[in-house]
Amino acid sequence: MLSTLFDGLSLGAIYALIALGYTMVYGIAKMLNFAHGDIIMVGAYTILTTLTMNGHPIIGVVAAVLVCTVAGIVIEKVAYKPLRGASPLAVLITAIGVSYFLQSVAQLIFGSKSQAVQLASFGTVKIANAEINIGTLITLVVGAVIMIALTLFVKYTRTGRAMQAVSEDRGAAQLMGVNVNKIIMITFAIGSALAAAAGVFYLLQIPAVSPTLGSMPGIKAFAAAVIGGIGSIPGAMLGGVVLGVVEKFALSVPALAPYATAIEFALLILILLVRPIGILGKKRREKV
Amino acid sequence: MNYFKNIKNAFKFKNCINYIIVGAMLIISLVMSSMGELPRSSADLLAQMGYSILLAVSLNLVVGFLGELSLGHAGFMCVGAYIGCYFANSLYEVIDSKLLVLIISMLIGGSVAAVFGLIIGLPALRLKGDYLAIVTLAFGEIVRTIFKNQPAFGAALGLSTKRFGSDLYIVALIVVLISLFLIQNIIRSKHGRAITAIRDNEIAAKAMGINITYYKLFVFVFAAFFAGVAGVIFGSKVTPVTYSFFSFNYSIEILVMVVLGGMGNITGSIISAVFITYLNFQLQDKLPGELAALKYLVYAIILILVVIYNNAPKLAALREKLSISNAISSKKKSKNPAAQHDDKNRWDVVPTKIPMDEIVSTDLKQEKAYTPDKPEKGGTE
Repeated sequence: MLSTLFDGLSLGAIYALIALGYTMVYGIAKMLNFAHGDIIMVGAYTILTTLTMNGHPIIGVVAAVLVCTVAGIVIEKVAYKPLRGASPLAVLITAIGVSYFLQSVAQLIFGSKSQAVQLASFGTVKIANAEINIGTLITLVVGAVIMIALTLFVKYTRTGRAMQAVSEDRGAAQLMGVNVNKIIMITFAIGSALAAAAGVFYLLQIPAVSPTLGSMPGIKAFAAAVIGGIGSIPGAMLGGVVLGVVEKFALSVPALAPYATAIEFALLILILLVRPIGILGKKRREKV
Repeated sequence: MNYFKNIKNAFKFKNCINYIIVGAMLIISLVMSSMGELPRSSADLLAQMGYSILLAVSLNLVVGFLGELSLGHAGFMCVGAYIGCYFANSLYEVIDSKLLVLIISMLIGGSVAAVFGLIIGLPALRLKGDYLAIVTLAFGEIVRTIFKNQPAFGAALGLSTKRFGSDLYIVALIVVLISLFLIQNIIRSKHGRAITAIRDNEIAAKAMGINITYYKLFVFVFAAFFAGVAGVIFGSKVTPVTYSFFSFNYSIEILVMVVLGGMGNITGSIISAVFITYLNFQLQDKLPGELAALKYLVYAIILILVVIYNNAPKLAALREKLSISNAISSKKKSKNPAAQHDDKNRWDVVPTKIPMDEIVSTDLKQEKAYTPDKPEKGGTE
């Protein structure tokens, strides 16, 4: 019971990290970055490449964060920037195209087979009669630290406040001297770096990488962001944790286990039906 | 009088082109098969094209005409395929005629899918844009997971179905013709105009007295029905029907067809469905192993380029220059100079050139509505 809870919380931390990228980009650029999940995959393959070149795992993690950050910025510049001001549907479809692009490039380079990545192996500790993997604990602690740091960054730094301003009202922020393009770029960079971190934690849980690695966690994290209220940073964290815990508990009950994915998505639909803006989302009035 | 005018309209080339394309496919293949020149693989390909057209055109109804993004179209197809073929399996024991069984199972599969369309259409009333997209995506995954775990439907191995045989393409293309007839006529009617009005501005449409609830549900149910029928055709061609086929990726593939053909353009959907199905068919055998990913790479690049070309605000001038329909209409105008009015000189009387979008909508095009560095026309500063 307790170990399931811990598993769920650490999976939730992973979802929350990915969901943060979705939610920040949505809040600031008003677009759904469907390719966000595939950034995780890019990070995972970076780690695989470093390890096969006999690099230290730490170097791999750093390289993954760097490569993902750069990839996020490049994707934003090439695919999304020309569409600023176009209809949301068009941007969403481009994002889907980018996601396909990343997956197929990965498949061409690394092959479609799943490859094992042994990043690190941990033992278990005993907390109140439950065997808990140390990797799980690390995920939980580091994930929480990253999320607290991000919250502080957005609240108290100049750049963070500029981000808030842009998400509140882009036009007004621009008039106040905020460089909107730069802020959007920074948002993509941070979101992608968080995705890389999520990728590292994901590899700690499931040590294998394939071109479609990021698509399912990506979609679930997107669902988490929507459950929490897309555009809201605490919402993404809450949604991620809720989804992670629900998934692990569903998987632990034999009768429900095959339906775990269905249960998660059904939860999403239910929450949206009751509260169409998500749990912590802000209501926006539509004007004519 | 009006009636005859309608009939005359119906025979205009512009309105017939879709029937001509599909009809030509059907007739040519029928002639070829009567001469014994139609190989089995081509007949298969034609049936595949048939259900692809159905899927693309019905998704276009939702995405192109209603303006709501649906990422779960494969889910409706999944429902149709499983339910329709399940009934077909039991119907074969009672009815001898294969054709009759196929028709009944298509109706059953389509109807059940339509019920699911209604279920998904209900949240669509409360949700918008991106939120609806995730709900449809979630629906597709839920349906797939449920069928995967039902022993009655073959569980993970899939539902084994009875193949219809090589003549399936004839039925498929005739079904396409019938559904094109239905869809086109609805789009050209008062109902179709109501649907596009909702797409262009929901609040304005509501103010004009259009029943938004009714039309949104209507489109979802209608599109789901055809997706279900497409699923039954798929199930009569491929056995077993497995849950893994109806993944999120397949929904995206249908969406690619719609986007490539042009949203809100049925002829475009037909052509791109045929083209992509053909491409898939050809590439499947020719690209060995990992090179199969090249197919998706090509998809991705085409998708990104087409969307950027069609939507980027900075490319508007280029689009205007290259647009075919623009070139045609400007030719027509120059033929009849009397029909041209210069609005600029009569600006105080008829403000016809004001783009409605900028006035009524601030929700979608926020940026365009108040760009600070662009002074209003006529303003002297």
